[in-house]
Amino acid sequence: MGNKQTIFTDEQLDAYQDCTFFTRKEILRLHGRYHEMAPNIVPMDYTQDPDVKLPIQLIINMPELKENPFKERIVEAFSEDGEGNLSFNDFVDMFSVLSEMAPRELKAIYAFKIYDFNTDNFICKSDLEKTLNKLTREELTAEEITLVCEKVIEEADMDGDGKLAFADFENMISKAPDFLSTFHIRI
Amino acid sequence: EVFFPDADHTSPPVTFLQELPSYRSVLRQRGAGGTQDRRQNTRGSVRPPVGQTRNLAEGTGVENEALVRSIREYALNIPEKRRLRAVQKANVKYLSRWDQWKQNRNRSWKKFLDEIKELSSYLELWRHDIRSIEGKFGTGVQSYFSFLRFLVLLNFIIFILMFSFITLPSTVSTYGFFNSSYIKVLPKNIEPKCTIYTIKGTKGLVYFYSYIIDLLSGTGFLEMTSLFYGHYAIDMVQFSGIKYNVPLAYLLTTLVYLSLSLIWIVKRSVEGFKQSLIRKEDQFQSYCNKIFAGWDFCITDVNASWLKHSSLQYELKTDLEEERLKQKIAGRRTEEKLRIYCLRIFVNIIVLAVLSGFFYSIYCATKYSQENICTVSLRNNTCDGNLLVQYLPSIVITLVNFIAPLFFSNLIRFEEYSPAFEIRFTLMRCVFVRLANIGVLLFSLGTQILTCADKCKACGYNHELYPCWESRVGQEMYKLMIFDFIIIFAETVFVHFPRKLLVTYCSWKVIKWCGLQEFAIPENVLEIVYGQTICWIGAFYSPLLPAIATIKYFIVFYIKKISLMHTCRPSSRPFRASSSNFFFLVVLLIGLVLAFIPLGLSMTHINSSKACGPFINFNRIWDVVPHTIDGFPVALRKVLYGIASEAFAVPFFMVTCLIMFYFIALAGAHKRVIVQLREQLIMESRDKLFLIRKLTEAQTHS
Repeated sequence: MGNKQTIFTDEQLDAYQDCTFFTRKEILRLHGRYHEMAPNIVPMDYTQDPDVKLPIQLIINMPELKENPFKERIVEAFSEDGEGNLSFNDFVDMFSVLSEMAPRELKAIYAFKIYDFNTDNFICKSDLEKTLNKLTREELTAEEITLVCEKVIEEADMDGDGKLAFADFENMISKAPDFLSTFHIRI
Repeated sequence: EVFFPDADHTSPPVTFLQELPSYRSVLRQRGAGGTQDRRQNTRGSVRPPVGQTRNLAEGTGVENEALVRSIREYALNIPEKRRLRAVQKANVKYLSRWDQWKQNRNRSWKKFLDEIKELSSYLELWRHDIRSIEGKFGTGVQSYFSFLRFLVLLNFIIFILMFSFITLPSTVSTYGFFNSSYIKVLPKNIEPKCTIYTIKGTKGLVYFYSYIIDLLSGTGFLEMTSLFYGHYAIDMVQFSGIKYNVPLAYLLTTLVYLSLSLIWIVKRSVEGFKQSLIRKEDQFQSYCNKIFAGWDFCITDVNASWLKHSSLQYELKTDLEEERLKQKIAGRRTEEKLRIYCLRIFVNIIVLAVLSGFFYSIYCATKYSQENICTVSLRNNTCDGNLLVQYLPSIVITLVNFIAPLFFSNLIRFEEYSPAFEIRFTLMRCVFVRLANIGVLLFSLGTQILTCADKCKACGYNHELYPCWESRVGQEMYKLMIFDFIIIFAETVFVHFPRKLLVTYCSWKVIKWCGLQEFAIPENVLEIVYGQTICWIGAFYSPLLPAIATIKYFIVFYIKKISLMHTCRPSSRPFRASSSNFFFLVVLLIGLVLAFIPLGLSMTHINSSKACGPFINFNRIWDVVPHTIDGFPVALRKVLYGIASEAFAVPFFMVTCLIMFYFIALAGAHKRVIVQLREQLIMESRDKLFLIRKLTEAQTHS
């Protein structure tokens, strides 16, 4: 199309377009955002696929994530090392999954990871308690928290083991009508 | 490591569990090897494990197409996806020419669609405004503004339709552009009494102030313009050989805009309906929905996030409260139940009585207003020009719309429903009142037009007071619309702004307790649906009314946005985006159905006015259709008569019923299958746990 940008090769942009839900313009814009978080570390020239990662503290200060109670978990779920350091690929991947066009199944996979605080592949009672506390800023009483956690497990747990496996979670999310409209970030 | 559900078992983890296939697929996530595919792989049969990507080569062309299309939907990180993509590209040479060409065509088509989407996003109206509202106030409020934008577009399309098919031919032919000529409607076989039509107040000197009155009430100079039905007195327009039948076009355009609105609304509401079908009935009680889908990830503003936290807290507390209430209700004795039912019946009777009172007051106001707008006297017809009398029905309707919700929300407390049901039921009642008000107004107008002390025999309607009754109905709708707009504007400027100033600068406790105006979404939605219903009804009698509606909603968007940002606080009662979209469209659909009724009745049962408009030579407006069909060739006429006859209609109706019955049965069967599968899943995992326990016992004993 006659773009004079030198950040990515055309082949890289095509690959990004196929692998994410973004268009070329959006990917270039994302690179701009990634770069402006740490201009000294992030190179402008990505044609050689440099191995640069940004630490979690920079990412969670982005305006899109700043007010989100789950910001640390989101970044950790998409990072390769599980610690929250994002390379540009992880960065783009994160916003692609959280964009409007990602299908429900894909979002459910990552939502499960985000809400699984102790990363044991189950959402157990302690995970639920942590989620609730983050949502309500610890304003509920202990009794109310226990009640709500019990209700959630009662509603979603199908195999009766007292915690939610991914199958339970996905089944429950397919019936949650607000999931698609709330689980998305605009960038 | 998998732990047992009962906590008192502290047995060591069993190793054979890690050989379970379901566990292996989850293991990849842990990144034990570091470079392995770290994302959970649950795409099922379509996505093979990483090591088997070479097997894609054996797939058929069609299968590869499906894979290429959904590569972005895999839960892999980007380097993995790129590898997969490279593999697929390499596999392309295993496909036949035809499949390759198909793949390339699909890919370029997709790219083309993406480009179009990107371009069209620039054309989207108010894109930036709605995004910033979403960021600050969440998706519930944003859905209201999206709805408003949808109405602006709908009204604009209706205006384009009406203008290009009705107004444009008339105007063009009147001035003789494009070699067009027109044939005016000549009354044939009509009593001369019915054709007298003088527009008041246009003869002689006209004061400036009466200009303003005319502008606000649609009389005088406005009545003569193409704004109202009465102006279109053209029978046929000829454009160098093509004959354009204006009455037929007028009627057909009306039907087209009604059907277009219906189809567009149904199309938009299908999304929401699909979601509500799979939802459980107890939507207000869904804790999972609140916890896992409750936080709006779009929120970027500090105040909005604080508000969201408090509203989530409020919701959870309300739900727990409802739980307690439910248990209390379940424990009620029969005498209490009887008492409550009696109370509810009593309250409903009161509600009905009060509603009848409201409707009667609207009827009286309309009657008074119509009788006193223009006094018929023997010398000359003088028109009062008193704005208060002109706008009396609008004022009464606005008052009723204001009082009724307050009344309902206070009364429903006595009926002791659960809080969630209370909100819904009050809302339903308010919707009913708002839309029924318009119906009552039209009904009282209709009785005025049709009742006359044996003056009606000549023309079929009261030709002395209403020589051109369609224009008069159009004027009433026009007045309603103008008044609605004035009220929205005045409410924001004269009520919300002073309230905000008071709350900010005055330190009295009473005022602080009152607080800012809440931006209640349901009430705002009812307001604009009410306006839209008026537009739909009025567009037939006043073809340029949709243009006024477009401009009105355009300005209302900015008024509401300013009001939201500066003078209101968002509602503490949360309004979910998913249910709200569907709710808005359902209410709009009810308004549209309500608009069908008066239009249909007036077209088929009331004689068209013989003094103005294009339907002078027809008994009723609808008669133009049979008249046109009579002009068709014989074969076509037979077919059309056949379709309209009972011999076709009854079997068609029965077939439609059968198809509907089939789909209902299918949906029921699917629901049963889902329940069965769920039970099966539960049983399977119980079996698994049992077997695991047995195995570990066997292991520990051996």
